Amino acid sequence: MAFIETEDLAVGFDRHVVVDGITLDVEPGGLVVLMGTNGSGKSTMLRTLAGLLEPMAGEVKVLGDWPGHHSARVAYLPQHPQSLATLPLRARDVVAMGRYASQGLFGRTSTADREAVDSAMARMSVTQFRDKPLHALSGGQQQRVHLAQILARQADVVLLDEPTAGLDAQGRKAVARMVQEERDAGHCVVMATHDLVDAEPADTVLLLAHRLIAQGPPDQTLTDENLRACYGFTDRH
Amino acid sequence: MNELFGPFVDNEFMRHALLAGVLVSILCACVGTFMVLRGLAFVGDALAHGVLPGIAIAMLVGAPAFAGAAVGALVMMGGVNVVQRRTRLSPDTAVGLLFVGMLALGVIITSRSASFSGDITHILFGEILSVDSVHLAWIGVTAFVVGVTTWALRRPFLLLSIDNDLADTSGFRSNRYNTVMMMLIGAVVVASFQTVGTLLVFGMLVAPAATAALITRRLGTMILVASVVGSISTWVGLLVSYHADLAAGATVVVTAVCFFVVALIVRGGTSGFVSAHPSHSGHAHVGHDH
Repeated sequence: MAFIETEDLAVGFDRHVVVDGITLDVEPGGLVVLMGTNGSGKSTMLRTLAGLLEPMAGEVKVLGDWPGHHSARVAYLPQHPQSLATLPLRARDVVAMGRYASQGLFGRTSTADREAVDSAMARMSVTQFRDKPLHALSGGQQQRVHLAQILARQADVVLLDEPTAGLDAQGRKAVARMVQEERDAGHCVVMATHDLVDAEPADTVLLLAHRLIAQGPPDQTLTDENLRACYGFTDRH
Repeated sequence: MNELFGPFVDNEFMRHALLAGVLVSILCACVGTFMVLRGLAFVGDALAHGVLPGIAIAMLVGAPAFAGAAVGALVMMGGVNVVQRRTRLSPDTAVGLLFVGMLALGVIITSRSASFSGDITHILFGEILSVDSVHLAWIGVTAFVVGVTTWALRRPFLLLSIDNDLADTSGFRSNRYNTVMMMLIGAVVVASFQTVGTLLVFGMLVAPAATAALITRRLGTMILVASVVGSISTWVGLLVSYHADLAAGATVVVTAVCFFVVALIVRGGTSGFVSAHPSHSGHAHVGHDH
């Protein structure tokens, strides 16, 4: 069974359709990359799959149900995660919040929870920041902590909105490794990005510009012609 | 030492005031901490003033003041909810108008009362020195209920402190838990207004929590520090007001605000904030961002 199934899906908000006509199946272990200009519908698509926005038209199923139904099995990293300077949270506390979806209101923190948090922090190379307040970390370090929170959820469906934004070369490699490991574990990943390098390992790329410009494997989708149609210019090198 | 403890040993009204102030401090710390983290201080302020017409009507018709305050809080919560969802104005503008409107309505209704100036002063600034055993019991029960509820809902409240979306995608409906938080703020206001008044309860909600936010790294510690700061403010404020013959409730709140200012100055001189500057690599990029 595909983890994500959409049929002629239209996404948008405030009664305004941002992009429509999306038909997509994402299998376990699959990677779908969403590319396009700002406002082209990438984030709207991810927010719809996360259950934060109602679909405007068409069909969408995540893990066989309506989006948002299986919150413990879906992890969503928003663009620019919030981190209030006054928030009294250490990096480890933020990562541990990734376990709340499966713990619920009253579930106790188990050894497995603690191991999931430690493992997630190690995978994103943030273990050394575990006792530091979140606000004392740089933007890139904070982003890695938020990514570790996503990993700690051990979700079947991973939705990432520009996860490499603000990361240095090492951080980008860590994200690429994280995505591959998630796929190897049988989880599927849907990721919005502006970076062509992020799109190379994808099974399917959706090129968006308020409409679906192209959809398919990277080598067939990310052509100069399609990129020009999407962005108005190409900057490939 | 006699100056520090004598007033409480010698006078029952001072002991009651201290106990009420400590209980209010614990109440306010539980709710105020999440209020500060959520950036809900202004909404809390509006809610504190929104109870005024309810109390005034209750006094006019001879009903218990706390019942009027509870109804006032519910009306205000409903109003804040509606303006936040339905208006295109910024929430500050809409909530601010609601808050001023309710405050003015409360004053108008109170002006129908024979002892207008006394009533309005008591409502706004409380009567911490005339707290009786029944009222103490009420505050104690509210403190217990609010404390247990806050502990039970710490996970969704913590997720909400970061982001509504994070709560929603973690299976905790943000609308539901935001409403519960508003109800807890309302409960604190209703339980505390007779002690520190509707005007000053806001100070006790925000000042100790804001002080704790400056000096702590963990949520549990923040609530504990806020409780202690509020309690010490109550003790110091009551002592100062006793010896200098000043308004007790206001002196307690001014003391709490002084603690915040001191923490701000100390923290400002020693804090090591690292600003967030995202770095960029030289990858191939397309798009309009860069």
